[in-house]
Amino acid sequence: MISRRNALNTLAAAALAAGIGIGASPVQAAEDTIKVGVLHSLSGTMAISETTLKDSVLMMVENLNKSGGLLGKKVEAVVVDPASNWPLFAEKARELIQVNKVDVVFGCWTSVSRKSVLPVFEELNSMLFYPVQYEGEESSRNVFYTGAAPNQQAIPAVEYLMSEDGGGAKRFVLLGTDYVYPRTTNKILRAFLHAKGISDADIMEEYTPFGHSDWQTIVASVKKFASQGIKTAVVSTINGDANVPFYKELGNQGIKAEDIPVVAFSVGEEELAGLDTKPLVGHLAAWNYFMSVDAPENDAFIKTWQAYIGNDKRVTNDPMEATYIGFKMWVQAVKQAGTTDVDAVRQAMYGQKVRNLTGGMAVMNTNHHLSKPVLIGEIQADGQFDVVWQTEGEVIGDAWSDFIPESAALTADWTYPWICGNCKKPTFTN
Amino acid sequence: MLRTILPLLTLLLACITLQPPATAQTTADQTGTELLDGLRAKSFKAKIAAVEKLAAGGDPKVAAPLTAMLEGRLHIRKSDRALVILEKRDGKKFFVDPISGETLGEAKSRSSNKVRVNNRLRGVLRSALGTLTLFSKDPDIRLKAARAIFKSADGNSLTILAKAYLDETDDDVREALARTVAATRLRHGSDDEKMAAVKILTDFSDQGVRDLLAKAALSAKGDLAKAISLAAASIDQRLAFFGVLQNLFQGISLGSVLLLAAIGLAITFGVMGVINMAHGEMVMLGAYTTHVVQVLVLQHFPDAVTHSLLLSIPVAFLVAGLFGVFLERSVIRFLYGRPLETLLATWGLSLMLQQFVRSIFGPTNREVIAPSWMSGSIEITGGLVLTNNRICIIIFAAAVFLTLTLLIRYTDFGLRMRAVTQNRSMANAVGIRSNWIDAMTFGLGSGVAGLAGVALSQIDNVSPNLGQGYIIDSFLVVVFGGVGNLWGTLVGALSLGVANKFLEPYTGAVLAKILILVLVILFIQKRPRGLFALKGRAVEN
Repeated sequence: MISRRNALNTLAAAALAAGIGIGASPVQAAEDTIKVGVLHSLSGTMAISETTLKDSVLMMVENLNKSGGLLGKKVEAVVVDPASNWPLFAEKARELIQVNKVDVVFGCWTSVSRKSVLPVFEELNSMLFYPVQYEGEESSRNVFYTGAAPNQQAIPAVEYLMSEDGGGAKRFVLLGTDYVYPRTTNKILRAFLHAKGISDADIMEEYTPFGHSDWQTIVASVKKFASQGIKTAVVSTINGDANVPFYKELGNQGIKAEDIPVVAFSVGEEELAGLDTKPLVGHLAAWNYFMSVDAPENDAFIKTWQAYIGNDKRVTNDPMEATYIGFKMWVQAVKQAGTTDVDAVRQAMYGQKVRNLTGGMAVMNTNHHLSKPVLIGEIQADGQFDVVWQTEGEVIGDAWSDFIPESAALTADWTYPWICGNCKKPTFTN
Repeated sequence: MLRTILPLLTLLLACITLQPPATAQTTADQTGTELLDGLRAKSFKAKIAAVEKLAAGGDPKVAAPLTAMLEGRLHIRKSDRALVILEKRDGKKFFVDPISGETLGEAKSRSSNKVRVNNRLRGVLRSALGTLTLFSKDPDIRLKAARAIFKSADGNSLTILAKAYLDETDDDVREALARTVAATRLRHGSDDEKMAAVKILTDFSDQGVRDLLAKAALSAKGDLAKAISLAAASIDQRLAFFGVLQNLFQGISLGSVLLLAAIGLAITFGVMGVINMAHGEMVMLGAYTTHVVQVLVLQHFPDAVTHSLLLSIPVAFLVAGLFGVFLERSVIRFLYGRPLETLLATWGLSLMLQQFVRSIFGPTNREVIAPSWMSGSIEITGGLVLTNNRICIIIFAAAVFLTLTLLIRYTDFGLRMRAVTQNRSMANAVGIRSNWIDAMTFGLGSGVAGLAGVALSQIDNVSPNLGQGYIIDSFLVVVFGGVGNLWGTLVGALSLGVANKFLEPYTGAVLAKILILVLVILFIQKRPRGLFALKGRAVEN
């Protein structure tokens, strides 16, 4: 009986070692190193976006070790590959926390993967840094959201489109991939547009499957929708690969940004890298960071990144900045707390400040969201963005949108007396 | 169009007599830099005012700097804050004087700041350039100019438009000018002029005119409102008709993409009976070959890059084909007659190939430049726009299909292939090396998949996941069309494409896909062998 169990253990260990790659002997090493888990897809559909973030974390770990490590210990990254498979994200998260005993995890891209790992992090009381813009309507004690909430991206972008400089759009097409992020964002946007006096007749909402490649019909119907005498703009929450054929079709059907501007929330420098952007000049993206921003922090970051990756053409993007801010904040919080204990670090995170890459200051708020500047950029012929508009200062991320009735009254605050992610009244207990 | 000319002429005469001539001489004595000073302003508003002033000046000298500004090449030099144009020649960057065009020396990186433009400014710039280039020698530029002014419908440009219309000799440009004059009149004219303009615009049937009429209808009253709504209704009617044609084109285009992706599978699965889940990866290999060929051509013959796509057609066929032969010899030939194991083995292969390509080329998309003859679109009439890349792919798909049918029907190899498919042992008995034929057939199927990859590199991502998006659709087409029949694949692909495109406007893209799948399943229930079932004894075993 015993030998059989042993055999099983060996098998499991072998499987783990194969899956992890780095850090095959987990337990003994825990004393002298601090472990950082990296939970990004390195294969499958999301590999295109997530591999970069894995490299960013590895780069920062390397730099941290070069400058003497953390609390006198070396920092070690444990990389796993959840392979764009949402249930596998939960398994790999559990493995990182329980088997590899990591102190913190940086990971996830799609909202569905985050939703999948959430129960694991809450059950095991671990800490996740989530670096991508998302739909909001969530606040977990165990997750720090370093990407934008809707009020830091979607809503300012639509406000810009409605402004004089943005073209004064009064009619909107909401285009998205069919999953939780676009649907929730569009629900918030619709409520916001209603509040601005735009009726349902002037809103067109369309969804497509993941990886949709034939955009002829949709682009033609957008053209038709836009020919009713009212300035029309497209708000795109199209995700991943589908963007390239979408923009190609726009260019080929001759839709110019002056006529029907498209503002996208998931298109960054990385996505434009495989695309001839000349026909797309003037289409917009809303982010909290652009590679083209002229700031000393940004120049230094780009230089380090391109040196690390060994390619002076590699671009940087917004989720990388979010990863950068999250990692630096965690390091500062660990130093301040003097330990990697999750509860102590969480307390130390609140109010933590890090200079962001666009020349401002990122602050971690008690609702686990950052304060960020909102930038609107126009696509240029070289695949970069020119900033055409930005908020005066930083905007505090709002976990619960004020435009959805059921969430407007909710408050996320993880400090006394609230200690809660979705409360209407303070709870006073922990 | 003749009908439009009479009212138009009266309009034109009216504006020539009423409007003072343009004031071109005011700027004549200014030097270049002073002329452009306003463009240096910080706010977009001030820049717009400056551009409008330049356009009103009508000095053709400013066309070059304005074009540069539109294209993002107008810079402010950091050293002396002078306006310069940044030009690339032989991989080096130079500063050029915006007015005289004289070279001012080499530009170091980050030694200048771009003059930023936004969408509003871009619209103003296009319209300004329109007025400045309306008398260009090149009819294409004149056409562009007329269209640019149509969008802004700037009242100040009426006089110059009228002159251009009277001088114009090219029919297309004349028509575009008529449309622009009418649009401008509808915006700025008196009620009578507006009525005349509506009458002219009724004959056009593009969405731009429809948009303009809808805009005018918002402020129109009485007879004018009635005329506008009548005109809009008649345009809508024509647009609806063109819409059906456009849908049909899109359906055929989707069908041709499906055909390209599926036709290789129709050979390997249909003719040989191998369930090849790695078929999509052959398509991907073709697409990456296109990318590699382009990179090589760019390195060695940078001028010939527009033809690199043509060169990649045979190369991609060979690469994917040889790889197919290798695959057949090393894996698949051991699995004949064991469909389940073939399915699993090729599925595994497909994952390996994806990861292989990912580790060599990286996970990000690779760029394949579209040659100029494949970008943009042809406007048949106002409401009917056919994109060039789709037209090319339809032609390419037809050519591939035709070649393949002829090959199988008339060549010696085709004859042997058919013989092996129909009765392997009998073919062996008459001296055909069936092993060799198997390898070649599989290679042919894979090579054709490689060709599909060349085409798909023009409309989809060149990424490791490219093939995955097409494998299900390809099987769907082959099964629906009838296994073992190339014509079935053709009809299957086209009917699925057209059905999808006619459903999509009503149901949305997600539901259309589901509906198509359900319809095919129901159809297969009724006719398990697909549209064109093979008949005869070969089918029975």
